Amino acid sequence: MEPFERVTGLVAPLDRANVDTDQIIPKQYLKSIERTGFGRYLFDGWRYLDEGRPGQDCAGRPLNPDFVLNQPRYRGATILLARDNFGCGSSREHAVWALTDYGFRVVIAPSFADIFYGNALKNGLLPVRLPAEVVERLFRAVEATPGYTLTVDLPEQVVVTPEGERFPFEIDPFRKQCLLEGLDDIGITLRHADEIRAYEARRRREAPWLFPDA
Amino acid sequence: MGGRTLYDKIWDEHVVRAEPDGTTLLYIDRHLVHEVTSPQAFEGLRLAGRRPWRPQAILAVPDHNVPTTDRSRGIDDPVSRVQVETLDRNCREFGITEFAMDDPRQGIVHVIGPEQGFTLPGMTIVCGDSHTSTHGAFGALAFGIGTSEVEHVLATQCLLTRKSRNMRARFTGALPPGVYAKDLALALIGRIGTAGGTGCALEFAGEAVEGLSMEGRMTLCNMAIEAGARAGLVAVDETTIRYLEGRPLAPKGALWERAVEAWRGLVSDPDAVFDREVEIDVSALEPQVTWGTSPEMVVGVSGRVPDPADEPDPVRRGDMERALAYMGLEPGTPMAEIAVDRVFIGSCTNARIEDLRAAAAVVRGRRVARSVRQALVVPGSGLVKRQAEAEGLDRIFRAAGFEWREPGCSMCLAMNADRLGPGERCASTSNRNFEGRQGAGGRTHLVSPAMAAAAAVAGRFVDVRELLEAA
Repeated sequence: MEPFERVTGLVAPLDRANVDTDQIIPKQYLKSIERTGFGRYLFDGWRYLDEGRPGQDCAGRPLNPDFVLNQPRYRGATILLARDNFGCGSSREHAVWALTDYGFRVVIAPSFADIFYGNALKNGLLPVRLPAEVVERLFRAVEATPGYTLTVDLPEQVVVTPEGERFPFEIDPFRKQCLLEGLDDIGITLRHADEIRAYEARRRREAPWLFPDA
Repeated sequence: MGGRTLYDKIWDEHVVRAEPDGTTLLYIDRHLVHEVTSPQAFEGLRLAGRRPWRPQAILAVPDHNVPTTDRSRGIDDPVSRVQVETLDRNCREFGITEFAMDDPRQGIVHVIGPEQGFTLPGMTIVCGDSHTSTHGAFGALAFGIGTSEVEHVLATQCLLTRKSRNMRARFTGALPPGVYAKDLALALIGRIGTAGGTGCALEFAGEAVEGLSMEGRMTLCNMAIEAGARAGLVAVDETTIRYLEGRPLAPKGALWERAVEAWRGLVSDPDAVFDREVEIDVSALEPQVTWGTSPEMVVGVSGRVPDPADEPDPVRRGDMERALAYMGLEPGTPMAEIAVDRVFIGSCTNARIEDLRAAAAVVRGRRVARSVRQALVVPGSGLVKRQAEAEGLDRIFRAAGFEWREPGCSMCLAMNADRLGPGERCASTSNRNFEGRQGAGGRTHLVSPAMAAAAAVAGRFVDVRELLEAA
């Protein structure tokens, strides 16, 4: 995973609640056995006017001019501003892969669905929870100000506006460390392989029906 | 120490190691794998030169991409075919048990786990699929994970995670005839919203839940994720134990006796404290139908499509307006006036034998309405299909004009050839009415199997109790 420290970037506003992972990346693209190449299909059903196919070159597809990411002023955005319960629905990590592949490094929302939140952290996409009233203010600022940028500082756990206003956010200390160092969870867990084996040995005695392979 | 919830008890038994900050290495007893969320995890394993920690704890099955028509020709769509073949190859390479597409036990991953007794009380169970919550019906801690976590469980048989909060939904009163577990789930989501259970393990309790069969409890726990809760749970009781006895992978003999004794303790203590509680009286509940593009957009069948103008919150109002535009509905329309083009009876929510029996009871002696373009029944597994055929349910469905298919996820998410066309409206027993879920531009209304059957017969939504009374 690519380490994350701080990002200053253009903000794109996605003004709807309960954005589900079926919208972030529709199911036809889940047939891929790769981890990359999902960015061009991000929000496919909202972004294009036709129905996309996996592997398709999107250059000639008709764009939906009303969709926010198709507006020139948001081109190159790295921070997505969203509403409540972002990423609800399916556990597909492809949703996170599509957001990062498109170029997003941060999603700011009042709340996230649990599985999406965890998936994001494991892929260097920083999900930032801010109070609903702060998010509301940011929506108004972004829409009123072409080229509106924010700085998201992970070590300081703060979102900074161009005017210097600072909004602190919470993040699990362990996950923060993993993001800062780009750490791989599996490597961390395997340091405790002996403890896992000891646990298994104990459980084999206590609850042998859990180990029919014993 | 105060009383513990069912979730607390299972959690405590699976902690391998806990850091002072709450980060926990949690042991995983069973891992279900399907073709969509696993290829990148196996590839990661290969790239790192790792092997599965405990291949015997894994059961794999292709379900999302499989055709539900004649399978002797294989899979037409080359992209789908590669994904299923990749699962076959990974299972061979890593020594993992797979019920391949031509295995009589093949089916939807959340149907076959319980059916085989792979799912047992007190276990931790994961799968790269959000509807893993289904298995919580057995007093197990079961939840969906992403592909990075699939790889992590493959490599270590553990997850690095944090404990959730405890939430309980109590359904009081007895469930009226013609009203099912699906209606309980939809009514709850209508009340608390699709984020109502976020951050929580959600235990279902109360008289109505105690009265449910295991299959009904699976439907309820399946929908926990649609309420935002990663895991749903139901306490173990005699119903749980009776269901499991004699299942192929359930313990036998003395080990069975010992397991049952342990399982009886898998209930929340009377003095356990929940962080959040919600109570719903179901004695007057009517069959539910969703009208929008989120499971929380739901009303009783006697209700009407709501008017966004009545919604004070601007974000919610905007969401309602977009949902109505997508669904092609006008505010105030009675739900019973909405005509359907297709009917789908299937999915990990509602494709078990009792679901098919409930639908067949409505269909028996009736015909699918002329205006309905297609009515599909997709059994949850090969064994469900065989059981239904032994009971003659397939003949009832076929005689009425339904198509009787091979098992898989099918039109729940349309990764195979079963899908809605743009603008088509479907009465569906699945779990998500998201935009495009059943096919680009398709319009989904979530209902119980009996309500879907009633919609097929009437050509529009109708209170199934009218048909049950007339029968």
